[in-house]
Amino acid sequence: MAVQKLPLAKALNESLRKALETDPKVLVMGEDVGKLGGVFRVTDGLQKDFGEERVIDTPLAESGIVGTAIGLALRGYRPVVEIQFDGFVFPAYDQIVTQLAKMHARALGKIKLPVVVRIPYGGGIGAVEHHSESPEALFAHVAGLKVVSPSNSSDAYWMLQQAIQSDDPVIFFEPKRRYWDKGEVDTEAIPGELHKARTVREGTDLTLAAYGPMVKLCLEAAAVAAEEGRSVEVLDLRSMSPIDFDAVQASVEKTRRLVVVHEAPVFYGSGAEIAARITERCFYHLEAPVLRVGGYHAPYPPARLEEEYLPGLDRVLDAVDRSLAY
Amino acid sequence: MTVEGTAARKPRRSSKRTSASATKAAGALSAEPQLVQLLTPEGERVQHPEYDIDLSPDELRGLYRDMVLTRRFDAEATSLQRQGELGLWASLLGQEAAQIGSGRALRDDDYVFPTYREHGVAWCRGVDPTNLLGMFRGVNHGGWDPTSNNFHLYTIVIGSQTLHATGYAMGVAKDGADSAVIAYFGDGASSQGDVAESFTFSAVYNAPVVFFCQNNQWAISEPTEKQTRVPLYQRAQGFGFPGVRVDGNDVLACLAVTRSALERARRGEGPTLVEAFTYRMGAHTTSDDPTRYRLDDERAAWEAKDPILRLRTYLEKERLADAAWFEELEAESESLGKRVREAVRAMPDPEHMAMFDHVYADGHALVDEERAQFAAYQASFADGEDK
Repeated sequence: MAVQKLPLAKALNESLRKALETDPKVLVMGEDVGKLGGVFRVTDGLQKDFGEERVIDTPLAESGIVGTAIGLALRGYRPVVEIQFDGFVFPAYDQIVTQLAKMHARALGKIKLPVVVRIPYGGGIGAVEHHSESPEALFAHVAGLKVVSPSNSSDAYWMLQQAIQSDDPVIFFEPKRRYWDKGEVDTEAIPGELHKARTVREGTDLTLAAYGPMVKLCLEAAAVAAEEGRSVEVLDLRSMSPIDFDAVQASVEKTRRLVVVHEAPVFYGSGAEIAARITERCFYHLEAPVLRVGGYHAPYPPARLEEEYLPGLDRVLDAVDRSLAY
Repeated sequence: MTVEGTAARKPRRSSKRTSASATKAAGALSAEPQLVQLLTPEGERVQHPEYDIDLSPDELRGLYRDMVLTRRFDAEATSLQRQGELGLWASLLGQEAAQIGSGRALRDDDYVFPTYREHGVAWCRGVDPTNLLGMFRGVNHGGWDPTSNNFHLYTIVIGSQTLHATGYAMGVAKDGADSAVIAYFGDGASSQGDVAESFTFSAVYNAPVVFFCQNNQWAISEPTEKQTRVPLYQRAQGFGFPGVRVDGNDVLACLAVTRSALERARRGEGPTLVEAFTYRMGAHTTSDDPTRYRLDDERAAWEAKDPILRLRTYLEKERLADAAWFEELEAESESLGKRVREAVRAMPDPEHMAMFDHVYADGHALVDEERAQFAAYQASFADGEDK
């Protein structure tokens, strides 16, 4: 049964199971990850099968979770830690930024920190404050960290495998609103490198670049645009640090127009970095400025306003129109 | 040397050692015998050498009424969540005595820093219960004016507010006021660095703050043994201030112990940690299913210690309230439920532009720009075109 149809959360669960089976040094740690199996059930059944020594219900202390994961990594383990929700990562931000990101460099490469920090992120689930944020840029800004986000079940499975095998710390952002979306997972064929983008729809008139939860939205937007006679290419970036600029460049040289879509605020967001780099690389190819669709410079709003705050089909298509109007 | 060498080659079995001692520590966490109690689960008044309280029949009935109405409000909110009127609810079921007892110990000028479950304390502060529901409905992130009832906004990030309470208390002391501050948190939060830091700061600055920990035994799925190897109240000792464990289902004891801790703070003697030993009868929130991780008989054992039932037994036995009074309260309780239900259903969704409000006190050019862009974008749909 190499190919299975799995919800994204279950694909992550299978990936963790595989990692625990194949490498005795892999540990799963976090709040409620053991007996409960995680608040999103991503770690469901793992403690039952691998025991409390490897699937660890930690005290309620995010700084403690990441800080001790660093220590375990120094001792030769490969901890995969779960931060329960995006907005709860900040007590651990100090450990991640001042320690996890820099220790390898400070030791002149003598030590490795193979820690994966899994963070369910993003909105669209009608949650209360601190449960819907997209803080990926805050991590991508820090040298020493790698930052990725799968958009579908296959990538969820394989990118987590690759992140766990990575000798660098990886911040692994999981699109929580897509946890229940099903997709095919081939557990025998690696679909690509961890930090390479993937063209998920070919087009000639404009490129939509996105990652995580916004890839599905961009595919929907491209389908609507096609009905209107516009050929939109969709790029799943998959990795926010490093970013596969070559892939973006190749696409933009073909389509000459780029719109970047993410849930995170556009101000200082990853779209800003992509816009700047692509402008540098493709200035003479561009028919329009690189546009961005994302959150506003405002706190993530209460649930009843999130549809207005989050990029939706209309806002993406509006940006497509604006780009094509140049 | 050879002996040492032999010893060094012995398997360490560190993992097994950890598990064994964890089990042992769990045994040390039982409530007895340190628990301050003034009203037993059977409704018997008992004396405590250090803490006692003399309440009038009116006051006793008042505490009972507070607990009943709080429970009614809480049940209504749970049912509103089930009906889809609220996105989420964090029930306080089982913790009424801890919240009403401590809440009624406060003076008007004292200041409260709650978690997101202190609906009973909010009640004591005179916060309109419907105000608590906006954030759970998803129309705001709190929205009430903390200064109007000296009741701060709910804090969702675990433990953060203990530092805010400490800082507020440091300010009270600097002002030479004799107000006190109370910080609520739970057994799970006790693991957070912020909580440890708040203990440090409050001790060092002798801040007039009471740390009121409702140990409801569960941090979502994790029992208290996953957070601590010692009874939580004993943590205070290491920071240099007293800690006391109180029966969190005994409203009289919670009132007496909190009042004493607040008085201590007012006298300039610094912080106190109160651990209210109680039980989360419901789920962590409506998103949680406790049957996945805890056994029914544990809940049943705590049901016998119900905070409301024991006070009712006492009131009836001492003839402090008659059947008519209880019936009247029942009617009041139903009308509260109705009022809350109607208020929630009538609660309007915020205007779309509201998300740009109050981002800054002094304004920000980018917010203004984005607000204008958003308004223009929304207006572009005004011709009746499908949005």
